[in-house]
Amino acid sequence: MNLSRRQMLILLPAAAVAWKSVLAGSPEESPNYKMTDHWWGMLIDIPKCIGCGNCVRACATENDVPDGYFRTWVERYHRSDWPMNESGEVTANPLIVPEVISPDGGKEGFPAATDESGKYFFVPKMCNHCADSPCTQVCPVGATFISPDGVVLVDQKYCLGCAYCVQACPYGCRYVHPTKEVADKCTLCYHRITQGLTTACCEACPTGARQLVDLKNPNDPIHEFLKTHSVQVLKPQMATGAKLFYNDLDGSVR
Amino acid sequence: MSIFKDAGHLFRFAGLFVLAFLVFLVVRHYVVPKSFGQYGHYRGAAIGEIAQHPAKFAGHEACETCHSDVADKKKAGKHAHVNCEACHGAIFERLPVAEQPKPNLFQRAVALVVHPLPSDPPLLRHAEDPTVKPVLPDTAVLCASCHTASAAKPKGFPQVVPAEHSNGMPCETCHQPHSPGMATPVAAAGGAK
Repeated sequence: MNLSRRQMLILLPAAAVAWKSVLAGSPEESPNYKMTDHWWGMLIDIPKCIGCGNCVRACATENDVPDGYFRTWVERYHRSDWPMNESGEVTANPLIVPEVISPDGGKEGFPAATDESGKYFFVPKMCNHCADSPCTQVCPVGATFISPDGVVLVDQKYCLGCAYCVQACPYGCRYVHPTKEVADKCTLCYHRITQGLTTACCEACPTGARQLVDLKNPNDPIHEFLKTHSVQVLKPQMATGAKLFYNDLDGSVR
Repeated sequence: MSIFKDAGHLFRFAGLFVLAFLVFLVVRHYVVPKSFGQYGHYRGAAIGEIAQHPAKFAGHEACETCHSDVADKKKAGKHAHVNCEACHGAIFERLPVAEQPKPNLFQRAVALVVHPLPSDPPLLRHAEDPTVKPVLPDTAVLCASCHTASAAKPKGFPQVVPAEHSNGMPCETCHQPHSPGMATPVAAAGGAK
């Protein structure tokens, strides 16, 4: 073989690139679960939630969530009647200033509500598994991502624990794990849904207020539900493409 | 070749550049994980790793394969949509550390060599060993966690003030949790809403 220096200079890098692609191999594929067949989300039916905290406890059990940290939590909103002082002036707009409590994330339930006035309701919260998630966009090392089936996940081996994503999440759904020192969040029980199970919070919810939905499944009841109910997402103005759908969401919820 | 006259220094630079590029490719090959970029700007293998997390809630279908009698009873009652593990807790929950089976000498020796760090305690497998029971819930606490009256709960949801409702009697005197409709008339049990 008689190669000129010029030919050699062109061939060597080309060979290196080709060799690299040979070494990379082909991706492993699970025989039973095809990521491209699913697009996961969740439906939260607010009128059904009784604030028992079963979901919070189940999530902590299933995913070894440390005490004081939450992948899901429940808030109790109280929208008072229009508050007025003695001279009849309105002092606060209850739509803008609702009273919100979440003792220990609602893990052990809530104190009984004594004030019968106004409107009470529970709002379970968790990762919205946004289709255009701000948290994945800010990661400097590619450690958090939206999987091909629409679940926002953290690669904890790759995460540096810089917490940019914790700041970027508009819903406050991420935290830095106190012992692992990497970002941690709801995985939508990815280990369960890929096996055909529902999430731990849905499994434990006694009233069916939470339902796992697969938007790519044409037989999923979510399609009919979305047509017939008033369903909203949190902070739609942020255009995050949230897939946590709330039925009958009150306007005061932030 | 007259145009390459006095161009030796350019070739030396080009050679250095190519060499640096090759070194970069080799280093990159070892530093960047193989599955990085498989689906996007992240490590594709991470998806499979996250899916490996062990499940602790088996799901009500798993319970119903053996306990079909309870499932039938439940289906007819008001708790039809309450899944087993909502009350009984996760089947694969870990045992408290004191109750863990102690490893024998051989197992400890192997563990010392293979992985010196203490590994996670094994998961309970009620399905494999039926003597390992899920927690039997204390009804006084369990029932109250959902059915304690509060103005914040949906109006149609059955709720009581436990102290006034049952005169301290356990809930299951009147209500069987799997099908909580009244077993005996209200007056006989001495309680009402």
